[in-house]
Amino acid sequence: MKHLAIAAGILTATSAVAADKPQLTVYTYDSFVSDWGPGPKVEEAFEAVCDCDLNLVGVEDGAALLSRIRLEGENTDADVVLGLDTNLIAAAKETGLFAPHSVTADYALPIQWTDDTFVPYDWGYFAFVHNADASAPANFRELADSEAKIIIQDPRSSTPGLGLLLWVKAAYGDEAPAIWADLSDNIVTVTKGWSEAYGLFLDGEADMVLSYTTSPAYHLIAEEDASKAAAAFDEGHYMQIEVAAKLAGSDHSELADQFLNFMVSDAFQQIIPTTNWMYPAVTPSSGLPEGFDTLVVPQKSLIIDPSEAATKRDEALSEWLGALSQ
Amino acid sequence: MAGRTQPVSSWPGISAAALVAALILGTLATVGLRAETSGGFNPSDWAALRFTLLQATLSAAFSSMLAIPVARALARRRFRGRRVLIALLGVPFILPVIVAILGLLQVFGRSGWISDVLGVFGLPPIQIYGLHGVVLAHVFFNLPLATRLILQGWQEIPAERFRLAAQLGCDGMAMFRLIELPMLRRVLPGVLAVIFAICLTSFAVALTLGGGPRATTIELAIYQAFTYDFDLGRAALLSALQLALTAAAALAALKFSRGDGFGAGLNRAIRRWDGGTPLLDAFWIIAAATFLLLPLASVVISGALGLFELPTLVFRAAAISILVATISTMLLLLLAVPMAVSAATGRYGIVELCGILGLAASPLVIGTGLFILIRPVANPAMLALPVTALVNAVMALPFALRILVPAARDTIERHRRLALSLDMNKRTFFTRIIVMRLRPQIGFAAGLAAALSMGDLGVIALFADAQIATLPLQIYRLMGAYQMQAAAGGALVLLLLSMGVFWILDRGGRWHAEA
Repeated sequence: MKHLAIAAGILTATSAVAADKPQLTVYTYDSFVSDWGPGPKVEEAFEAVCDCDLNLVGVEDGAALLSRIRLEGENTDADVVLGLDTNLIAAAKETGLFAPHSVTADYALPIQWTDDTFVPYDWGYFAFVHNADASAPANFRELADSEAKIIIQDPRSSTPGLGLLLWVKAAYGDEAPAIWADLSDNIVTVTKGWSEAYGLFLDGEADMVLSYTTSPAYHLIAEEDASKAAAAFDEGHYMQIEVAAKLAGSDHSELADQFLNFMVSDAFQQIIPTTNWMYPAVTPSSGLPEGFDTLVVPQKSLIIDPSEAATKRDEALSEWLGALSQ
Repeated sequence: MAGRTQPVSSWPGISAAALVAALILGTLATVGLRAETSGGFNPSDWAALRFTLLQATLSAAFSSMLAIPVARALARRRFRGRRVLIALLGVPFILPVIVAILGLLQVFGRSGWISDVLGVFGLPPIQIYGLHGVVLAHVFFNLPLATRLILQGWQEIPAERFRLAAQLGCDGMAMFRLIELPMLRRVLPGVLAVIFAICLTSFAVALTLGGGPRATTIELAIYQAFTYDFDLGRAALLSALQLALTAAAALAALKFSRGDGFGAGLNRAIRRWDGGTPLLDAFWIIAAATFLLLPLASVVISGALGLFELPTLVFRAAAISILVATISTMLLLLLAVPMAVSAATGRYGIVELCGILGLAASPLVIGTGLFILIRPVANPAMLALPVTALVNAVMALPFALRILVPAARDTIERHRRLALSLDMNKRTFFTRIIVMRLRPQIGFAAGLAAALSMGDLGVIALFADAQIATLPLQIYRLMGAYQMQAAAGGALVLLLLSMGVFWILDRGGRWHAEA
C-alpha cells in the first residue's frame, strides 16, 4: 500500500507540474518537427515567451495532416494546425473545424492575403531544379520540345506534384492536356514523394527535378555548393503558401491566438528560411539570409484561388492521368 | 489428418489465427464504419486493379521460376562463402523501399552503372521504366525470399532419399523427377501466393519503376482515397478487394500444394551423388548474386561516405528500431509457432489463410483503423512502438508460416504415434519435441521477422511524434531535409543491423551445420 501511495503521489505531482503550464498542441507535417526542420527552434523560442508547453505533433505531409484532422473531427487534440497550403484551404474550411483568426501582419507575399481563418507563415515557388552548368528551358513548351529529362512527383501522393498540376493548369488552362501530352516523353518517371525524386536527380537520373526556387539556397548555404540552379519559366511560377489556423474546439484558445501572432513575428520568421528552406511570410527585420539574393525571382506569380482549387484540381488530375496513361 | 488424435493441442494456434483475423478485419471494418460517404469504385480503380493483377502475377511467376535453378544450384554445391552469400541474398527483402529504389536505379537507371558501361561501347542507356522495370524491381525484392523458401524445401528432403536414389543408380533427371519435382509441387504454390500477395500491395516501387500513372496500383488508389480525397469508404472497399484477391490466391495455392512429405530421416547432412552440370549451377549462382548484390553494393558505397557524418539521432533511432524488432519478433513467435502447429495438425486452410492476410492488408488501413480504435482510450503516440511491433509481426506472419508449417507437419507426423503410445502430455510434446525439432526453422523465421521489422516503415509514421522515430522513419526525415548523404549513411547502418540480427537469429537456430 505504501508503494501505491508513493506512486499516486508521484503521479499527482507530475500532473500538478503539467497543470501549472498549459500545453498547446500543434499538428504539423513531419519535416517541420524533424531535427533539421524549424520545429525544435520554434519550440524553444515560443516556450521562452508563452509560459506554456508547446507540443508539436508531426504527421506525414500537408494532405495527410488534413486527413488526420478530419479523422479526429471535433475531438481532435490539436489546438493549432500548421502546414496546410492554399490548395487545401477550401477542403479544410468545409470541415467547419477551424476558427477565424485576428492576426494582422505586413506580409511579404506576392499576393494580397485576406483569408479570415488561415494565417500564412511561409511561401515559395515551385520550379525545376537543374545543374547550374547545364542550360535550362525558359518555359513548359521549350521544355517539351527539348530533350531534357525530368522527374516529377505524383499529384495524388505529393504536394509538389499537385503544385505542378495546378501550375500547368493556371498557366495554360484548356491547353494543359496538350502540354502534358508533349511533356510525356520528357518525364523519366513519377515518384511517390519529393524525397525519391530529389534523390534520383542528385544521383544523375534526370536533368531536372520538380522542387522549389529555394532549393539551390540549401545547397549554397548548408553545403557551400553553388552547382544547383532553378529554371525561370516565363509563363510564371505557381506558388505554394503554407498556412496555419486555430481549431474552433481548442481548449487553449487564447494561447492558440498567441501562437499565431508569434508565428508572424521575427522570432519565428527568421527561423524559417534556413530550416524549412522557404521564404518567410513576413520578412524579418534582419532581412533574408545571405544566399537567398542569388535565387531566381519569377516575373510572374501564379496561384489558383483557394475556392476554385478543389474543382480545378480534380479536372487537372483527370487530364494529367489521361495524357500520361497513353 | 483432421480426424486423427493429435499429440499436440491446436487451440492456441486457432486462437492466434482468430486474433490476427480480428486485427485485420476489425481495423478494416473500423475504417469502413467511420466513412462519411458510402464509397464506390472509380473507373480509374479498375485500371489500377488490372495493372496490379498483371504486375503481381508476372512478378510472382518470374521470382519463383528464377528461384528454382538458383536454389537447386545452392542445394547441390558447397563452396567457400556459401553461407555468407545465402545471408546476403536475404537483404534486398528487408531494405526500406526508398533505399531500394535508389540502389536499384544506381545500377539499372538511365545513368546507372549498366548504362554507363553500355555508353562506353556507344550504346544507348537501358530503358528501365515500364512494366518490365516493375517486374525487375519485384524480382529483386522477392527472388531471395523465393530462393530461401525453395532451398529450405530442398534441405528438408531427408539425406537418405538421395542416398537411396544414388544406390539405385538414378541420374540427375530421374532424381529431379522422383525427389525434387514432388518437393517443388508442394512448396512452389505457397511461394507463388506469398510473393503475389507482397506485390499486390506495392506502391512506391511500382509507380517509380513503372514510369508514371500507367503503373497505378490498388495501394496507390487507397493512399489517394485517404489523403487526396479523404474517402474512407472507398479506401476500405479497395482494401477489402486486396484482401479478397490475396485470399483467392492463398486458397488456390493450398489446393494445389497438396502432397505427402518425404517421411522420416536421420538428419544426416545432405550429400548428393548426381554431379549435375557444375557450370550451369555456377552460372545461376553468379547471375543471381550479381543481380542482387550490385544494388546492395551501391547502397554500401553511397552509405560509406555518409557514415562519418552521421548525426547521433541516427543511433538513437537505431536503438529504437532494435527494440521494436525485438518485441515484434517475440510477438511473431507467439503467434506463428502455435499457428504452424494447428495448420500442421489438419486445420491447414483457415489458419494459413488468416496468416497470409497480413501481407495483403494495407498498412495504411490497419494503421488508421488502430488509430481510430485506440484514440478514445489512449494517446496513440504513447502506443506507437508496441503498435508498430504488432503490425510488423502480423506482416511477417505469412513468411514465418511458410517456413514453419512444412517442418511442423513432418515432425508431428514422425513423432505422433510414439508420443500417443507414451501418453505424452500435449504441452510436453510442444515444448520438448516441436520446439526442439523446429529450432532451425524458428531461428530462420525469427531472423526474417526481426530484419523485416527493422527495415519496415510500417505504421510508425501514423503514430509517432517528434521524439520517437525508428531508423527507417529517421532516414525518410533526413531525405526530406535534403540530407541525402546522412540518409545514405543511415541506410547502410540499417542494412548492417538487419543483416546482423538476421545472422544471429538464423545461426542461433542452426546448431547443426546446414545453412
